Amino acid sequence: MQMRDFVVRFAGEGGQGVVTSAEGLAQSSTQVGYHALTFATFPSQILGGPTWTQARISVDPVLAPGDDVDVLVVFNQDAYDSHHQDVRKDGVIIFNSSEFELKGDDRSFGLPIDELAKSTGNNRAANMVIMGALAHLVNMPQQYLVNFVEERFNRGRAEDAEVIKSNIEALTLGRTHIAESGFVLGELAPAERPAYKQLMIKGNEAVSIGAMAAGLDFYVGYPISPATPILLYMERNLVGKDRVAYQVSSEIESITAILGAGYAGKRSMTATSGPGMSLMSEGLGLAWMAEIPLVVVNVQRGGPATGLPTKTEQSDLFGCMYPAHGDVKLPIIAAGTVEECFYGAAKAIEWAERYQGPVILMTEMALAERAQNIPMPDLSKIKQAKREIYTGSNGYLRYAGHDLTPMPIPGSPGAYVANGSEHDEMGDTTHLGEHHVNMTERRFDKIKLLEEDDYEHEQQENSIAVVPWGGSKGPAREAFNTLQKNGLPVSWYYTMYLNPLPPKMLEELKKKDLVIVPELNYQGQFSSILRSLGVKAESITQYTGLPFKARTLVEKITEMTNARLKETVRV
Amino acid sequence: MSKKNPEYDFKWCPGCGDFGVRRAIELAMINRLEETGKPMENNVVVAGIGCSGNLVHLLEGPQPYGIHGIHGRALPIALGVKMAQPGLNVLVVAGDGDFLSIGGEHIAPQAARNLNICAVVMDNGVYGLTKGQSSPTTLQGTVTSSTPFGKIETKANPLELYLTYGVSFIASGFSGQPRPLSLLIKQGMEHPGFSIVHVQSPCTTYNDTFIELKGDLKNGIQPALWDVPEDHDTSDHLAARALLQQGGVPVGVIYKDTHRPSLDQSVEATWEKAQPKSVEQLMEAFVF
Repeated sequence: MQMRDFVVRFAGEGGQGVVTSAEGLAQSSTQVGYHALTFATFPSQILGGPTWTQARISVDPVLAPGDDVDVLVVFNQDAYDSHHQDVRKDGVIIFNSSEFELKGDDRSFGLPIDELAKSTGNNRAANMVIMGALAHLVNMPQQYLVNFVEERFNRGRAEDAEVIKSNIEALTLGRTHIAESGFVLGELAPAERPAYKQLMIKGNEAVSIGAMAAGLDFYVGYPISPATPILLYMERNLVGKDRVAYQVSSEIESITAILGAGYAGKRSMTATSGPGMSLMSEGLGLAWMAEIPLVVVNVQRGGPATGLPTKTEQSDLFGCMYPAHGDVKLPIIAAGTVEECFYGAAKAIEWAERYQGPVILMTEMALAERAQNIPMPDLSKIKQAKREIYTGSNGYLRYAGHDLTPMPIPGSPGAYVANGSEHDEMGDTTHLGEHHVNMTERRFDKIKLLEEDDYEHEQQENSIAVVPWGGSKGPAREAFNTLQKNGLPVSWYYTMYLNPLPPKMLEELKKKDLVIVPELNYQGQFSSILRSLGVKAESITQYTGLPFKARTLVEKITEMTNARLKETVRV
Repeated sequence: MSKKNPEYDFKWCPGCGDFGVRRAIELAMINRLEETGKPMENNVVVAGIGCSGNLVHLLEGPQPYGIHGIHGRALPIALGVKMAQPGLNVLVVAGDGDFLSIGGEHIAPQAARNLNICAVVMDNGVYGLTKGQSSPTTLQGTVTSSTPFGKIETKANPLELYLTYGVSFIASGFSGQPRPLSLLIKQGMEHPGFSIVHVQSPCTTYNDTFIELKGDLKNGIQPALWDVPEDHDTSDHLAARALLQQGGVPVGVIYKDTHRPSLDQSVEATWEKAQPKSVEQLMEAFVF
């Protein structure tokens, strides 16, 4: 049988080309029409340290990093020791015999990567040696990779021909060398290049461009893993007249500066991760209280405190939805795929302006650093963020009534005080109960303006539902596909709008006997929130710093479903 | 605004120094309005938390825009307002606790950026609104509600701190002289960079220093306030430092550097180097 996909993991020291190998493989594969997704974890240090990246190459769109490793490429003994148990029984382990000699594993084969690259006269062709070897293992036509090399290195320079020649030579050397080993994995089904235009992009970059597509014009940030790439992207691209991208001195400055800019009429955003999110707590409360539009992107990592800066987790949902003291519940969009990073960011900017308040976009380390091929985003689907602006004269009551009111912009008539103390309709501080009642209700009522009606739903007739959120969508979807083939009677629901939930979806979930929520945290945060809304939800939790394996979810969902069905029969 | 709103339940104590600061700010803004023709809504007053911060609600006459934010963060809020709309006149009002203690971390970065705003610091040497705890500018040894055995820490010297941080306009004033103070604030607003007008604004309830400041010659008390001499060279950093070594409370402009570009000017200078791209062009870079 032909293979539909395969997973290659590269492991070694930081700086050994572990990341570039995986990304190069993903790029070359997508170039010829396969789908690809990379998954990376880095050590939290500048140079060196154990690191690994894997690429999943597939004939079909890729949903998750993949459960098992088909090929492991290791650059040192430590890497082998830590990763060989993840390689499937009949998988292949390629070790760089230019670096070390691996003994005692009959799945392994030594490839003198550096020497082979050197022999082509191009030391930088090491990636191509590996690529050639991998292509042989899955019986990928040589021509695919030759085409990729010719396209990639045709850069209009004098040395192009030389570089192309050495890279093709490296491909061939890798291929012929591994052929001697007799190892093969099978034959990968031929690529079917999609007819639509595609991007190869990471989650952080997709967030950046998505926000700009909705009209972002002000960004400040403070470096923090894994959100830093958004700051760097903005500083290079959110530039020119009337646009600002700027590094400030702390996350406290980030949140308060975008609050000032939002007040002054700009569509404003910052991005951070766990610890920065904690520092923004008070500023978010102020934005909620004073009704100032702004967006905070939380690229989640393992927490609390410094936690696991370079590992993935979905443990900030409580912290994002209830980030501050007092009666606060913020609108939340959680992206589940790289594509949703784009559309989610655009929607977050639009939401903030629509309801005049803070919005949190949640992503995760595993999405942020994942390179994936996605269909070119459709800009006609993006709604430009537009604020209702006050255009009358002075003497305006900014906070009058129970509903959204147009917002005056400094420089124009309508001066008012945006007040973080409880206030009356003109923004003056008051401690009177009736004002606090009215303003509290006003702030919560505005969230209804954000209710959306689109959500994913399948097999709705089943009384047990699988409802993932955020980045667990991928593995959960892969598991759901398998469960359907197995004939398990479960339904599928998904939305990136966690607050407010699409009302129709919530209504349907309330009628289910059991809603199963796979999520990467200890407490079962989303299921807990769903239960508070009257849904019979239970979580499948994991807190290893890694994403779910689809296989784990298949087992657990099957177990929970069967147990519930048995119970129902007994009753 | 308070006059229009009988429910407003904040009042300064009788004789509070902040009344004078309020008057000085009103005068400076009106003066600016008359001179530039820019309407009052071109001004934004960003207030911290404490007695000082309530100034934003107590201004009389035509109203500027205002933000009454969170404790210690008036400066970075002002940073956002000013970077969003460099054409606005942005004023920060804060107390010594708000500005120097909880918000102290924001002074140095604004000085380094030369953020073009004016901060008016109302220094009363005490946390008044929370009823009399020691602040950075409380004298060492003072018994307050939070220092029953006397304040352990030394008193901060804000003017020297500003000079060391590289604040490009530093003035020192007194709330008991609203008109001269308004001229200092006006100069601060006109200065093309980060300006701080540090004002002695005594708390009549917890730390009444009016007599120490103004002196009482009949009873042999020399005034702590003294005017900066007319021949003081405000562009001379060393002269400014020497001035501050003389003790007491100088009144006037201490230091002024007009050669540095302000943050909005520096940002504008990047426009010619920048190559803004459309969203379509940005996406095109990822097409394969």
